[in-house]
Amino acid sequence: MRMDDAHPLDVPLPYDIRPRAARAVADIKLQQFVGHATSSKDHGRREAFAAAFGERAEEVKRLAGEIKQHTLDHLDWYLDLFIMRAEAVGVRVHYAADGAEANRIALEIARSNSCRLCVKSKSMVTEETGLLGVLEGAGIETIETDLGEFILQLDHDAPSHIVTPMIHKDRTAVGRAFARELGVGYTDDPEKLAGIARDHLRAKYRAADLGISGANFLIAETGSIVLCTNEGNGRFCTSAPRVHIAFAGIEKLIPRVQNLGVMLKVLARSATAQPLTCYTSIITGPRRHDDVDGPEEVHLILLDNGRTEILREETRELLRCIRCGACLNACPVYRRVGGHAYGSVYSGPIGAVITPLLKGLENYPDLPHATSLCGACFEACPVKIDLPRQLIRLRERQVERGITTWGEKLVMRAWAWSLKGSWRYAVASRIQRAVVRELAALGGAAWRGGDGYADRAWIARGPGPLKAWTDERDFPTPVSSSFRDWWSGENRA
Amino acid sequence: MNVSIFITCLGDSYFPRASIAAVKVLERLGCRVDFPAAQTCCGQPMFNNGFHDDARVLARRMIGVFEHSERVVTVSGSCASMIREYYPGLFAGDEEMRGRAARLAGKTFEFGEFLVRELNVDLAALGARSRGRTTYHYSCHLRGLGVTDEAVRLIGQIGGVEFAPLGGAEQCCGFGGTFATKYPAISGKMARDKAEAIRATCAARIVSSEPGCTMNLAGACRRYGIETEFTSLAELIAESLGLMEGGGARG
Repeated sequence: MRMDDAHPLDVPLPYDIRPRAARAVADIKLQQFVGHATSSKDHGRREAFAAAFGERAEEVKRLAGEIKQHTLDHLDWYLDLFIMRAEAVGVRVHYAADGAEANRIALEIARSNSCRLCVKSKSMVTEETGLLGVLEGAGIETIETDLGEFILQLDHDAPSHIVTPMIHKDRTAVGRAFARELGVGYTDDPEKLAGIARDHLRAKYRAADLGISGANFLIAETGSIVLCTNEGNGRFCTSAPRVHIAFAGIEKLIPRVQNLGVMLKVLARSATAQPLTCYTSIITGPRRHDDVDGPEEVHLILLDNGRTEILREETRELLRCIRCGACLNACPVYRRVGGHAYGSVYSGPIGAVITPLLKGLENYPDLPHATSLCGACFEACPVKIDLPRQLIRLRERQVERGITTWGEKLVMRAWAWSLKGSWRYAVASRIQRAVVRELAALGGAAWRGGDGYADRAWIARGPGPLKAWTDERDFPTPVSSSFRDWWSGENRA
Repeated sequence: MNVSIFITCLGDSYFPRASIAAVKVLERLGCRVDFPAAQTCCGQPMFNNGFHDDARVLARRMIGVFEHSERVVTVSGSCASMIREYYPGLFAGDEEMRGRAARLAGKTFEFGEFLVRELNVDLAALGARSRGRTTYHYSCHLRGLGVTDEAVRLIGQIGGVEFAPLGGAEQCCGFGGTFATKYPAISGKMARDKAEAIRATCAARIVSSEPGCTMNLAGACRRYGIETEFTSLAELIAESLGLMEGGGARG
């Protein structure tokens, strides 16, 4: 299922989504896997919200959004509080301005503790910083322990979904990877596959001296790190090894433990249609004297990496995101192209907005445009991020900064000009109708009507600007008599 | 009630029957309908593509054209949503214009929404009758208007119609304005999937509340040999009330 020979997210910039999107659309397996998984998750999410909250579902989402928004509105204050409380319980808090710095800090911690073997639970932030390659490059054996991530690591592949990283693969691909990399016999029985992974991973947990995790939430009042997993791997990674390093974006804060109630409820339902994830760990500092297990050291690396830029008022709501993946599952574009087509760690609607913000609009000029602005993401979002509005805002920024192609600028400006006055519109509309109808006539289109219009023709292969349209579907000609003609013909004017 | 019809630029040249039907239905329901001839386009194409200065000029124009209208009704869900959702925000720094934009937003309706919410129409009581297996395409921009099953309820009030729900109704058809020509592979796949869902309903007719979707889906259905006939909600209702000739057979 690999789309390229290189690492799937190692893309040339500026990134052009078209070639990958075209390949994905033609990939029958990808269409099946991603289409089926996303639609069943999307359906499950709706049912789970309806079952738990009924008519009040929108209210619950509003509350979740407000908790995050409030925290972001006072982020400096909550960061200070969190750091103070976390340090008070023995967590060593580090701040990293960018991904490279975060990785460097993690590597230093690993080296100063002479760590040789690292078990890692799923974390989007470490995908963002590219931590895995850095640790392995430094000779620290690192094992992804989330089952999906583990398989992707064996396959030298990259996650294609925020929550369901191997959504683009099926169990036969897993069976092949296990047979090849772990020296076991081929099987595609899910239970046997899980058993093989478990045996392999248990040995690693026991031997590991470094555990790395992400964080779903950081609680300011207690200095706690909250982890939600379904496989228990997060708990292993953060309790067995001597040293635990957690990575978290600065936007992960919530004020109080009490806020977890609503946040956990919307996260699990939005992500996997569960009432709660199977494991919810609230980690407050390293092992205490009377604890039977737990790490001797807990480090937290707070990552900025462009987030304070997003914190500006017009884009701040984007930092409410709790990485539930609901917008990916709901998105008709994501369902067709899959995650790798976005050319970055964060895919789907939220990725289409934050990737250009984190990595440069000039590097990802397509992402804000490769969407029909259907609004399914906004409807799905459990913290009510207005993603369509944010996508449009990025398009506006492109025009302001002049990153728009001259062809597009010419077309849009001319089109707008023709609409700014009644006479211009009347003339332009007549010319447009005549030209398209003439084109159809030249192409030998039959004026057979249909759909209530006696004099409509359909263009099957159009030239110039019509080509892209007619590559995929027929284009209707305008009809000879417009609404205006009818209105004046009725002598109503 | 006095209603101004907003026909939209696409509707004017490509789907005039939808607005003609809307005029006839609204008049049958006792509204006085006028057509402010200075109207052109709501500016949605410019707004969606980031050309907000141009969109602002067009919005200002629209606000002036419909300033004195009691209600504004359009057969395009997306043009209604442009006015309702985005006009006030276009004038963020200008309190006076923002207020005028908000007033237009407050009196603008999509046709089906207007019939159900403002006029409380009962088509059955008016003796609406038609025939044939009929399905309905839900346009994404109705979401922003808070419009859900209004059209389906209206279709259900027409005697003799056999309604067949469309599978995956909440999924976009892939039109998205310039998206359709900028990313034809993605848009085309979405259109094809929707066309196949239409085929699966075995409906003779599909009803749409959005000329953009109609243009896209009718083209895809033709491409894939799907015979279902397209009609707007306004046309279906006009026909069912005997105000308009039926659409006739497809060519």
